[in-house]
Amino acid sequence: MTDTATPAIDGWFTTGPDPALLGSRCTTCETVYFPPASGFCRNPGCAGEEFAQTPLSRRGTVWSYTDAQYQPPAPYISGTDPYQPFALAAVELPEGLVVLGQVADGYGVADLRVGAEAELVVETLYTDETGDRTVWRWRPLISGQVVEVGEEADQ
Amino acid sequence: MNAPRSGQSVAVAGVGMHPWGKWGRNFVEYGVHAARAALADSGVDWRDVDLIVGGETVRNGYAGYVAGATFAQALGWNGAKVATSYAACATGAQALDTARARILAGMSEVALVVGSDTTPKGFLAPNAGERWDDPDWLRFRLLGMTNPAYFALYARRRMDLYGATVEDFAQVKVKNARHGLANPNARYRKEVSVSDVLSSAVVSDPLHLLDICATSDGAAAVVLTSTEYAKRHGLGGGVRIDAISTVTPTFPQTVIDMPLLSTDATTAVAAPARTFKESIGQAAYDEAGIDPADVSLAEVYDLSTALELDWIEDLQLCKRGEAEALLRAGDTTIGGRIPVNPSGGLACFGEAVPAQALAQVCEVAWQLRGQATGRQVDGARVGITANQGLFGHGSSVILSV
Repeated sequence: MTDTATPAIDGWFTTGPDPALLGSRCTTCETVYFPPASGFCRNPGCAGEEFAQTPLSRRGTVWSYTDAQYQPPAPYISGTDPYQPFALAAVELPEGLVVLGQVADGYGVADLRVGAEAELVVETLYTDETGDRTVWRWRPLISGQVVEVGEEADQ
Repeated sequence: MNAPRSGQSVAVAGVGMHPWGKWGRNFVEYGVHAARAALADSGVDWRDVDLIVGGETVRNGYAGYVAGATFAQALGWNGAKVATSYAACATGAQALDTARARILAGMSEVALVVGSDTTPKGFLAPNAGERWDDPDWLRFRLLGMTNPAYFALYARRRMDLYGATVEDFAQVKVKNARHGLANPNARYRKEVSVSDVLSSAVVSDPLHLLDICATSDGAAAVVLTSTEYAKRHGLGGGVRIDAISTVTPTFPQTVIDMPLLSTDATTAVAAPARTFKESIGQAAYDEAGIDPADVSLAEVYDLSTALELDWIEDLQLCKRGEAEALLRAGDTTIGGRIPVNPSGGLACFGEAVPAQALAQVCEVAWQLRGQATGRQVDGARVGITANQGLFGHGSSVILSV
């Protein structure tokens, strides 16, 4: 990831050393949304129309996980040629929502289990004419510590 | 068993299908074939049908062409009223519900419901173009999240929480392949072994290629009438529809669902007592006034083998986490306590989206009439169907005889 890297989608996550997803919080009922919501609250008992941007917790617990062993169809853009399979995780955040994401480079399903901890990172998804385009990803943790790539083989 | 709560049943006068496959022809041809088969099965003349409802197929052009009127024109304009439904995988059931509602309201006496599709090879992909406000496009662009990847999340959860194994998932395929062997409308009619499944390529861990259903061409049709009309003309052998559930989720929807990137949050409102899929089945039981214990057989949406196990629990045919035990005991096999997917399911059919929910109803109708040759569930009196698709659509239909 280069210094000129830009998010593949605007306004969904911060970059920098401690990146976070950017949710939106209904100022009427406090429900948090990700991807960011605007215009109207989807709580059926709330008529709220105002939202405040709110960074979401950077850590959560794994709800489930898998991988993509075949290249997904367009509009997916592979960041590597030839295609390299990647893992995917659904992570439950303390705000009470589950957010899907790819798993950080170098980690696979063997590094994950339901209920384990994961942390948000930002990595390159693909490169286009403007340079590296980034996305949020989930990095597995064990006892709050980053799992070294390849460490799972010893466990 | 209790009588239907509302006493508001409609009669299934006839059912028909075009065999599932990859035929490479126009969806209208399949739809007309299925419609004519259902009409012939019922003994109703097309010119006596006063309402036609089409299940819309999104992959075959613009909405006008793929609507119910296309089938009406192909069958020969007869002046019937027309309606069209789209509800993803629940399209057929929603079309059926439209017909049922009009019959029960006295606005129609004889309705024909048709769903037909022709499908591409490989992963289902979103429509072309840059569509940054469409979650179905974003999930591919930002995550590379295919349909099988969602199925795999549910499968992995069963393994980590309930001790399911890849052999269990494979056994679902083995069972369904055996069920579908004699089904003339099934696309795949071949025995499959556990090792066949486990030696097929892993698509999304833990699911192998043979755990995941294909996409197919196919069509199904149902002739629905008022119970009085069926009685008067001696149609349908007493098969009734007692419930059609097409409920939407209840906020907050806390189970990750195709094609979304996240769930609703429980920040302000606690999660509902039932998940979306549980609520689909419960609404059908409530409407029919029966309990899960009354069910003789179930046709559920096995987009993946593991999803069949989820559905068995969602429909309360066993407790949460016990579906593998049911499978291993042979309870879900024809001849067992509660046969699941006696038709062979999506494992033997592949998915033809707007036709599939109707195909489930066709199978249950044949089972209840005792006409499911080579796959008959003995003494079947009550059958339930279930499916769920994109964007908060799902359905469950209960039939009885």
